Amino acid sequence: MVEIGLGNYLIVAAILFAIGMAGIFVNRKNVIVILMSIELMLLAVNINLVAFSQFLGDLTGQVFAFMVLTVAAAEAAVGLAILVAYFRNRGDIAVEDANLMKN
Amino acid sequence: MGIFETLSFALPELVLVIGAMGLLIAGVFLGDSAAKHISLASVGLLLIAIILVIFGPGAPTASLFDGAFRIDAFSDFAKVIVFAAAAVAILMSDRFLGGEELGRPEYPVLIVLAVFGMSLMVSATDLISLYMGVETQSLALYILAAFNRDSRRSTEAGLKYFVLGALSSCLLLYGASLIYGFTGATSFEAIASVAKASDANIGLVIGLVFLISGLAFKVSAAPFHMWTPDVYEGAPTPVTAFFAAAPKLAAMALFVRTMVTSFPDVIDDWRPIIALIAVASMAVGAFSAIVQTNIKRLMAYSSIGHMGYALIGLAAGTSSGASAVLIYMSVYVLMTIGAFACVLMMRRRGGMTENIADLSGLSRTNMPLALILTILMFSLAGVPPTAGFFGKWYVFLAAVDTGMIWLAVAGVIASAISAYYYLRIIWFMWFDEPAPAFERDTGPVLRFAAWACALLMFPILTVFMGPLIKTAEWAAASLF
Repeated sequence: MVEIGLGNYLIVAAILFAIGMAGIFVNRKNVIVILMSIELMLLAVNINLVAFSQFLGDLTGQVFAFMVLTVAAAEAAVGLAILVAYFRNRGDIAVEDANLMKN
Repeated sequence: MGIFETLSFALPELVLVIGAMGLLIAGVFLGDSAAKHISLASVGLLLIAIILVIFGPGAPTASLFDGAFRIDAFSDFAKVIVFAAAAVAILMSDRFLGGEELGRPEYPVLIVLAVFGMSLMVSATDLISLYMGVETQSLALYILAAFNRDSRRSTEAGLKYFVLGALSSCLLLYGASLIYGFTGATSFEAIASVAKASDANIGLVIGLVFLISGLAFKVSAAPFHMWTPDVYEGAPTPVTAFFAAAPKLAAMALFVRTMVTSFPDVIDDWRPIIALIAVASMAVGAFSAIVQTNIKRLMAYSSIGHMGYALIGLAAGTSSGASAVLIYMSVYVLMTIGAFACVLMMRRRGGMTENIADLSGLSRTNMPLALILTILMFSLAGVPPTAGFFGKWYVFLAAVDTGMIWLAVAGVIASAISAYYYLRIIWFMWFDEPAPAFERDTGPVLRFAAWACALLMFPILTVFMGPLIKTAEWAAASLF
């Protein structure tokens, strides 16, 4: 039986964070996927915070995680609202078409 | 400290946030016709907040909410400028928004809410309050960028700002989580007592790098500047004027406080990173702006460059460096407000124009505007008798004092290159064939703001630079 320690949690969080980051930069099709990637990154941070909090025996990390959860909800609301406004003007939400402004 | 005493210290913030909620309700009930009154009421709120910051109750230095929120000379200095810049931005927006049929009551309310976030940012002394401040500000700013919701450009700007802003918040948070994990604390003071140079932990350094990336995004320093030109160009011009001034100062103040108070002993780890970001920003600001034809986009690159100069002061990491940052940022805010007041005056029959070519021959069609812009451009370029020169001077001086002569030299070279495009605008205005004239009737607010900023840059601040420097030094001293 392998002991699951702090290191394992940190690695999972780092992998999730990297997947989220890749999702933002690699994805060329859909803005919704970007919103999902952002949520994934925020949750990776939460795993980090809770794991550290448990490891340190200190509650601050869990308080921080709750703050992050709350803000993530607000952020999703604002993001989706902007996305709806964008969709009304454009009729699609493809990332590669968001290029009205160029040098 | 009792709850009422604690809250009495945070009175400016309480006034802003409760006032904003009251105005929002008033806006819902009164409808769009009340937009003007709500704008004026928001300006009133900001003025009350300024008065409370300067003359408010309580000791000049206090740490509230279990060390999450600190009131000191540094935060007071930043708050006064942020509130004033936001109030001016609201006043400058009125005419434009009315003309584009965007005069809706939520606009000033969003600005006040964003200012509340900035006020949290400049007072934050804990990673949690830092994050909450940054997010409170950013969420309001994302909506403001997309405020013209029927315009494709504006919504695209809002979307880009949202995606990259959220990404930067994630970077900042990831850094904060690592710093928390490897120091066991979230308050800056406790972090500083753990993070000593002797055992600079690799996890802590990685966290620090993430945190710096997130903050660099917020001040739009290269290589995290990609959102700036698009957002500045796409957002409605008064919104851009607001973005370029108050949030920049708040984010820079937060950056300085975070670095200087929580990582003073590991300065050798973060100084090279900040110096690198500063050089990259100055280079991007100097070279990319040269090819721009849109004045808002040009101002975006110019602001990236200016953030580079301000970061030189932070890289110094000393008290004189921090005061140089404050001096530079105050001068920058004034120059930017003046420049955007001029951009808002570029109106012809049929709408706003944003091309630099539209400015050609301005000295013959509109002499006062040409004069104002000339002073502001000289100041942005940092030509000697203007206040812009003194801003750069103190920043470079701080770098030289800490032995980073190469950084000061890089700054001088970058400002010489960027002088090209500022002077090019002046050349267009004075020596080119005139383009069709702008409308003369621009309203008193814009004219007054533009004149006031230009006259402050030269000659008022040239003569009275002393008091500004004294105040900035006093403010910076409270950090150390």
